[in-house]
Amino acid sequence: MADNKRLFDTAVQKLKYDVLKAIIRNEYEHCYDNIYMDIPKEISPGPKATMRCCIFKERAIVQERIKLALGGDKSNPNIVEVIDIACDECPIGGIFVTPACRGCIVHRCKEVCPRDAIQIIDHKAVVDKSKCIECGKCTQACPYGAIIHQKRPCVSSCKVKAITVGEDKKAVIDNKKCISCGACVYQCPFGAIVDKSLIMESIDILKKSDGGKNYHVYAVIAPSIVSQFKYAKIEQVVTGIRKLGFHQVVEAALGADITLYHEAEEWKEKGTLTTSCCPSFVMFVEKNFPELAKYVSHSVSPMVEAAMLIKRTDPKGKVIFIGPCASKKLEYKLPKTEGAIDSVLSFEELQAFLDARDIDVGSLEETSLDNASFYGRIFAKSGGIAQGIADVAAEYGVEGVKPIAMNGIDECRAALMKLKMNRATENFFEGMACDGGCLNGPLCLTHGPKNAVDVDKYGASAKEKTIDNSVKLYKLSLGNQDEAPQAKE
Amino acid sequence: MVVKVCVGSSCHLRGSYDVIEEMKRLVKKYGVEDKVDLQASFCMGNCQNGVSMLADEVLVHNANKDNCEELFLTEIYPRLSK
Repeated sequence: MADNKRLFDTAVQKLKYDVLKAIIRNEYEHCYDNIYMDIPKEISPGPKATMRCCIFKERAIVQERIKLALGGDKSNPNIVEVIDIACDECPIGGIFVTPACRGCIVHRCKEVCPRDAIQIIDHKAVVDKSKCIECGKCTQACPYGAIIHQKRPCVSSCKVKAITVGEDKKAVIDNKKCISCGACVYQCPFGAIVDKSLIMESIDILKKSDGGKNYHVYAVIAPSIVSQFKYAKIEQVVTGIRKLGFHQVVEAALGADITLYHEAEEWKEKGTLTTSCCPSFVMFVEKNFPELAKYVSHSVSPMVEAAMLIKRTDPKGKVIFIGPCASKKLEYKLPKTEGAIDSVLSFEELQAFLDARDIDVGSLEETSLDNASFYGRIFAKSGGIAQGIADVAAEYGVEGVKPIAMNGIDECRAALMKLKMNRATENFFEGMACDGGCLNGPLCLTHGPKNAVDVDKYGASAKEKTIDNSVKLYKLSLGNQDEAPQAKE
Repeated sequence: MVVKVCVGSSCHLRGSYDVIEEMKRLVKKYGVEDKVDLQASFCMGNCQNGVSMLADEVLVHNANKDNCEELFLTEIYPRLSK
């Protein structure tokens, strides 16, 4: 069990991983007669249930997880899906007085309530649901902690209010509001909301390349990867990825350098700009602030930029992105990406893939990884682009950029509201849907404050301290051999 | 002739960008801009002998900014006239 603890934050991630690992193994070794029968029995051997009411339900849920691992419901365009039978129908009681209420005489709960929703009946606090606005003040005021706020973790995790409770008490995702950020995937304690996997497509791409004989498959890895595989060096992870059949591992941070260059140029023209590298943030703007969509940068995301660069140097090549992100699984299909990305995997899926192929990353030799600059690498954390744009603009002689880092959807909403009302003092808006940035993405193996430290270290270790060489490479790939604008020393 | 300079991680660390700059200079110096299409490539699987260049089908090893002119004159320039 120590091993599992090392890999993941939660038991739900472990469950998802077990399913993925089993189907990947089967894809290569054909070890099951019937995956829908055999894998659930392996994961829930019984005779006693460990997670649900009975092993039959456990196994039925595992079957649903297998479906999602194989790609999920194709008729649903969203990448995030609810497994109905896994949803435990959590209570939605709102503010609830528990039997711990002592019937005191000070009634702090009643005093603090802004809507007069608490009455004392038979010495005990009683909440009038018709008046209660669920502000939670009483829960903090009670000296016994006797009042609790019952809220579904999925509902509270969803900052765009896309999750509601259906008539049958199951969670329902409103695709019109959902920005596929994946917060609910990580937050649901029953693992009832899951991202669809593209692992089968990815394996197909790798198999058909026949070890690079037919075409090369490139892995573009998100910079947040450095905080993920704690038991190994990043250089060993790169070796591991190549052992899976990839020709070469390229940093998405290289694309980030180029994105940064484009954004500085674009800002010079427009004067006000938001970033576009977080697809959930872009969806958030489009769905909630359509009038501000004109400010969203037209530059493609680092993932796409890196992939386009690869395809210009190797037109027959295929590119698979590996990252912490659920919405990248949607982004890669958008028309503006021009098909640069062929598939997307998560860090969770990468871990399952490596283990299913019996690749022990910690024992591998190291392969160097260095394509990008310091700035490209710190894109992974909130504030990274804001820091980068200011310096890059100065490097290229662009003045007047006032960046703000909007960390998580709540901050995005507040800053965009100001922009909408013409009250913003900044003119460059970095938007990231996940709190803390990509290094806290929903499909990360581990989440935590140390991740930011790892990303900073990784940034600092980059050979290139400016984006100059990345930009030169970009121009070279376009066949434009003119000098890139010279950066000032 | 297409000349690809490897910009994979290993070659990058050994100075691919210097080699690219030097190649650009040499192409101009010898007046073969119309004959050489300089490109980049991610990894040629020749990491032990980087920086690697691929001049059409010919792999050029161990390039650096100091020996670049020599390599250009022995490995690349003679093949151009054909």
